[in-house]
Amino acid sequence: MPRSITYRQALNEGLDEELAHDDNVVIIGEEVAEYNGAYKVTEGLWNKWGDKRVIDAPISEAGFIGMGIGASMLGVRPVMELMFFSFAYVAFDQMMNNAATVRYMSGGLIHVPIVVRGPANGGTNVGATHSHTPENIFANMPGLKVVSPATAYDAKGLIKTAIRDNDPVYFMESTVLYGQEWEVPENDEIDGGELLIPLGVADVKREGSDLSLIAHGGSVITALKAADHLASEHGIEADVIDLRSIRPLDETTILDSVKKTNRAVYVEENKPFCGVGAQIASMIQEKAFDYLDAPVVRVTSMDSPAIYSPPLEEIQIPYPELVVNKALSIC
Amino acid sequence: MATKTSNSTESQFVKAEINQKLSSEEKVEFLRTMLRIRRFEQESLRHYQGDKMGGFLHLYIGQESVAVGTIALLGENDHVITAYRDHGHALTVGMGMNECMAELFGKATGCSKGKGGSMHYFAPDKNYWGGHGIVGGQTPLGAGLAFGLKYKGLKGCCLCYLGDGAINQGAFHESLNLAELWDLPVIYIIENNGYSMGTSQVRSSAHPPEGLAARAIGYGMEWDIINGEDLYEIRAKTKIAVDRAHEESRPTILEIATYRYEGHSVADANAKKYRTKEEIQKYKTEHDPIQIWKTTLLAEGVITEDDFKALNKEAGDEAKEAAKFADESPFPESSSIMDDVYWEVDENTESGRTGRHFFSD
Ligand SMILES: Cc1ncc(C[n+]2csc(CCOP(=O)(O)OP(=O)(O)O)c2C)c(N)n1
Ligand SMILES: [Mg+2]
Repeated sequence: MPRSITYRQALNEGLDEELAHDDNVVIIGEEVAEYNGAYKVTEGLWNKWGDKRVIDAPISEAGFIGMGIGASMLGVRPVMELMFFSFAYVAFDQMMNNAATVRYMSGGLIHVPIVVRGPANGGTNVGATHSHTPENIFANMPGLKVVSPATAYDAKGLIKTAIRDNDPVYFMESTVLYGQEWEVPENDEIDGGELLIPLGVADVKREGSDLSLIAHGGSVITALKAADHLASEHGIEADVIDLRSIRPLDETTILDSVKKTNRAVYVEENKPFCGVGAQIASMIQEKAFDYLDAPVVRVTSMDSPAIYSPPLEEIQIPYPELVVNKALSIC
Repeated sequence: MATKTSNSTESQFVKAEINQKLSSEEKVEFLRTMLRIRRFEQESLRHYQGDKMGGFLHLYIGQESVAVGTIALLGENDHVITAYRDHGHALTVGMGMNECMAELFGKATGCSKGKGGSMHYFAPDKNYWGGHGIVGGQTPLGAGLAFGLKYKGLKGCCLCYLGDGAINQGAFHESLNLAELWDLPVIYIIENNGYSMGTSQVRSSAHPPEGLAARAIGYGMEWDIINGEDLYEIRAKTKIAVDRAHEESRPTILEIATYRYEGHSVADANAKKYRTKEEIQKYKTEHDPIQIWKTTLLAEGVITEDDFKALNKEAGDEAKEAAKFADESPFPESSSIMDDVYWEVDENTESGRTGRHFFSD
């Protein structure tokens, strides 16, 4: 009987295993140690690994993320938690100017093996300042990698790979998913003894031949629900493609799906203007134009800052019915 | 800005142990390095005006004693990081004039293969971590280098330089808090040249009457103020901070009074407007760090006028050679634009070969 664990536990296991795997891995963030993590992702790690490896930082994102970048130039591998990815904006200079460009400006003499991780999602009624989904913004910057897992299995396999990667990886999670459970095998059930998922490989989360629903992060779950509904109510079978990593991007899996189904919908919580879906739609029309039977369409958040009012926020971000309707408009 | 005047009276800091230990050769070496910085930059200025380079060129002329006096104290596990006025520090840590000049010319032989330019010199093999163009942006990195040393159990420190204008950036204050809170062996060196671009220091910074470095008091951090025209004073006081970092893993802020002769950047249209000609002239004649060190070494009988002339000529010749080297070097291949973005791609690892990393054709 395969075990099920939460997305939160999966991340916790991944972090724990990487702390064991490499002495240079150090976790830094607000409330990550003694408080056990604002969202309990790092629960128990400070108890197990102590002050040197799991460090409570003051509320000083530019300071401690910049510090982590500097330390990484000397070979430390900091994994830094943002309590919300929305707070990246106070560390924006460090994350964009320093982490992303130091390698280039030094002509390749330096690299920056850091991970910055934390939740980037709406839907929890915390207002506009706490609901940003900046994966498109960071993925726009060459030198950075952006990852956004949708399940516990992916969260564990991807966080481990992100920590071992020698480039800066910005790892965007979801508070909505933290408590949800998925099957994640024990290490002794896995070839090679541990779960490592490469960046740049998308995952086909559901197979169908009529339509491609493409998504990343929490929107993958929305797309899966929409796909079930499309199948049961409309007899439409959708592929659901989960990017898992946005940059590097697995274009092949997307294109293979679209060439099979001839129809594509991108689903994401990003705002529409230059969202991840805009990049994917551009790529599909350029590389699979002759296969398309309909325009590529997108389901995104409504184009306003995140609203607080709970019933309204529910309809401001993508929900299954909206995806179903968008899909029906091109089927 | 230099606050003390005295190019004739002997420095009281000559008696400091670190200065007593100096050999004549070492004293001459300081002079040589300061001259090399100055001639390198004067040469680069000529070629800037001759349209051989683009962008900004922030000259260090007038401030040479700061880099030379502080960096000479460093050992194997000590590191250096600074802002965009970075040529002086680069030459002092041992980067060559050729690679530095070629970088200004945008050539493939430049220290960053033409990818960084004047503001972004790096030499990790010499513990030199840039060269940073965002005012104050290097200050958390400096704390991070110190964190890295401490994490790895190495006895070292990081000298992190910044300007008098940079002290007003939030990132600097966050860095100070982390450095003091976590006992990081970082020494922040404020090169107070009196101006941030065209804004005089009095118009930009609120601070305790003792000086800018005294802001350290708010963080419970050690600090000191140094007259930058006196190499002996720079060495004596910086040594205390380096020892504190090495022995106690504790940070320090040092403020070194100095002055820049040229505009903020060579492309500074107002270079002569926000300060008087007389002010600039006064510094050149009364407070020039090279002249003052020369006078000291003449008085000590370490060098003769002829020695000075020879050193000056050597430095000038080396700079000219560097310009020739830079001029004759090739520009980078256009294909190199896409190199040095991702380590994993450059190294052609499994990770670097998986998925699409670049989105231009
Ligand atoms: C964040 C940021 N703001 C503004 C600038 C433009 N700028 C570059 S240098 C400078 C003045 C800095 O003065 P100071 O820190 O005293 O250093 P100095 O130039 O005197 O060495 C300004 C405003 C910049 N590069 N980065
Ligand atoms: Mg200044």
